[in-house]
Amino acid sequence: MIPEIGHFALILALSLSLCQGVLPLLGAHRNDAAMIAVARPAATGQFVFIAVAFVCLTLSFLQSDFSVLYVANHSQLSLPTPYKISAVWGAHEGSLLLWVLLLAGWTVLVCRYSSELPERFSARVIGVLGFLSFGFLLFTLLTSNPFERLFPAPADGADLNPLLQDPGLAIHPPMLYIGYVGFSVAFAFAIAAMISGDLDQKWARWTRPWTTWAWLFLTIGIALGSWWAYYELGWGGWWFWDPVENASFMPWLIGTALIHSLAVTEKRGLFKSWTLLLAIAAFSLSLLGTFLVRSGILISVHAFAVDPERGLFILAFLTVVIGGALVLYAWRAPGLDSEAGFRAMSRETFLLCNNVLLVIATALILGGTLAPLFVELLDGSKISVGPPYFEIAFAIPMLPLVYLMAIGMHTAWRSQAPDSLFAKLRMPAVIAIVAGVLIPVVFYGGGGAMLFAGVIAGVWVMIVSAIDPIRSWRRSAGTAGITRGGLGMSVAHFGVGMFVIGVSVVSAYTVEADRSLSIGDRAEIAGYEFELRGLRNAQGPNYQALEGEIDIFSDGDFVGQLRPQKRTYLVQQSPMTEAGIDAGWNRDLFVALGDPLGNDTWSVRLQYKPLIRFIWLGAFIMALGGLIAASDRRYKLTARARERVNIAEGKPA
Amino acid sequence: MKPRQQRMLAVGLAVAGIAIATMLTLQAFKENMMFFVEISEVSQGNYPEDRNFRVGGLVVEGSVKRQTGKLDVAFDLTDLNNKLTVNYAGILPDLFREGQGIIAHGRLNDSGVFVADEVLAKHDENYMPPEVAESLAKAAAAQEAAMQAEQPAQ
Repeated sequence: MIPEIGHFALILALSLSLCQGVLPLLGAHRNDAAMIAVARPAATGQFVFIAVAFVCLTLSFLQSDFSVLYVANHSQLSLPTPYKISAVWGAHEGSLLLWVLLLAGWTVLVCRYSSELPERFSARVIGVLGFLSFGFLLFTLLTSNPFERLFPAPADGADLNPLLQDPGLAIHPPMLYIGYVGFSVAFAFAIAAMISGDLDQKWARWTRPWTTWAWLFLTIGIALGSWWAYYELGWGGWWFWDPVENASFMPWLIGTALIHSLAVTEKRGLFKSWTLLLAIAAFSLSLLGTFLVRSGILISVHAFAVDPERGLFILAFLTVVIGGALVLYAWRAPGLDSEAGFRAMSRETFLLCNNVLLVIATALILGGTLAPLFVELLDGSKISVGPPYFEIAFAIPMLPLVYLMAIGMHTAWRSQAPDSLFAKLRMPAVIAIVAGVLIPVVFYGGGGAMLFAGVIAGVWVMIVSAIDPIRSWRRSAGTAGITRGGLGMSVAHFGVGMFVIGVSVVSAYTVEADRSLSIGDRAEIAGYEFELRGLRNAQGPNYQALEGEIDIFSDGDFVGQLRPQKRTYLVQQSPMTEAGIDAGWNRDLFVALGDPLGNDTWSVRLQYKPLIRFIWLGAFIMALGGLIAASDRRYKLTARARERVNIAEGKPA
Repeated sequence: MKPRQQRMLAVGLAVAGIAIATMLTLQAFKENMMFFVEISEVSQGNYPEDRNFRVGGLVVEGSVKRQTGKLDVAFDLTDLNNKLTVNYAGILPDLFREGQGIIAHGRLNDSGVFVADEVLAKHDENYMPPEVAESLAKAAAAQEAAMQAEQPAQ
């Protein structure tokens, strides 16, 4: 019964999404208030019904109702309850349901916080979101129905993939999806603006906080995914450049470009059509990412043949959404750009560089990700592109970006006198160069061109980002302090600096070794000694494990004990490596059990990872910066307050 | 410098920078592009020399041999038609087992043994790497064709 209620609720949501898509857009076109008024109730109703469907699926999981195919395939009686809940989005059908739920949630928020927008404009935004939702719901119902029944029902389920039975992966997809879906708001704003043919600076101001929110969730989602891959996959790497990761990273890069381009559009009314294009691209790449990864096309062309129905729908939907948006863009965007100019030495120039470099990085990653696809289509040979390509292709545009970022932050809009800028940044530059050379040499005893370039860039951005917040904190009473927007930017850029230092040091000084250890043996890497003390059996709720006890010593002093496990999940009989990690702010020690080599000897993977925590900490600080910036009070002014501001500024309300 | 010269200088620097960056990127792409070579091709001698490539197939039952207490392991890969011996020193992935479809990165040594520096098995019991699946299908088709070719002679 419960699955049928869920299924029915999804069908009702589909009908409402069609109303929400068609009526407000038509109403806005004809200026018909009654039709426009449908937008908000339809969106709310759609959210309620999708939430009902989501709750129904969750209940089916909690009750272990294996007569539901999706539950039978991805759950099991002894699966711990939290993972029964996270299993809801553990595979294709359920994650689509989560996607539409989040889309409906964002739409409700747009309804709630758009009272200051002109009624026709917000109707168009909500209408576009309704159309997107319609497409997703139709896809779910036609090809990926999570409520499909299985008869006869099996006595027990096939269990959730053991890799997904982890707290990190339970919250990673929702964060990522909130980010992906959040870009749909910027997309809808862009489409609405192009339909109404009126794109002024207010448009950018409305769009900015939404985009920043989406971006910050995407940042957290990607960082969690990277962290999870590090401790759960048993390899000790933090980024593998595989198609799934690239698919989430490309919208992030374009989203970052969009945030910066929106700043120019809001403050100066420039880059309008470019900003629109980025808004379309950010969401299109999110779509491409989710769909193509889920359908398997990025791994291989042949996945298309596995489920032609899904593949065809995806292709059709992508064509309609991306193609439609681009046609609209080609038609309406040329008339939007304004004439205002700027000098070569101005913040506009630096933000332009930011955008160009981020787009280049995205294009190179996209090229590397899709290359196997094109090569196979062209001459039939199968290739793969190794991670070093991506590392080089990414570093080439990113390193200049980080150096320029620090200068751009302190450059004025319109025009900046080079002398005062030079005076302000001279000392930080000297400190950065000295610190960037000394840190590797003193702490790690060596260096290299890329390492110095990276550490100098990181220190440089961190110092320069701290200037304005410190000045604001020490300012005398009565002078203006830093705005939330400015503080958010400083914090986020500080995080970028930490990230860059982390990546540079980890890449240069990671020590990895596979060793064979018998009980009582010691192995040494990077000045740490690892002793295998013993092996014993351990029992989990749905797995058995062999647990190693490994003591770590440094210069004869006991550092700690790690207990890496080799688990066997009972239902799928699949083995899994659970690494032991001794984490510290300045280094991680990573131990994973390999295979039994006979005679009580085991292969053991030992790794020393200096400053690896800076990578995720840097990413979370970036997200924190986004949070601070999005809470700037200029986004919160009510319509009436804005009217007052506009009158005070001498602009028409 | 006059503004016009400044602009020309800036454009010149940008073009030079883009040219160098493009060169480096293409170089990186060429160096890190790895071909997937089917086992039947390898046994006919059609494989890229002096560079890494990928092979894939099923691990032959009973072929996994390792020296006690050492990391070195040897096993045979098959497309059910041809065989290739693979040597590897390191930790095998969790889902590596006999009968399973796997992919290895590495190169062929002089004695015709594939020396792998990476062995991959996907984290899904039912997952067969698509390249492996296709090369198995091809090998099976070739075998069938060979059998049919023999029949008229009988």
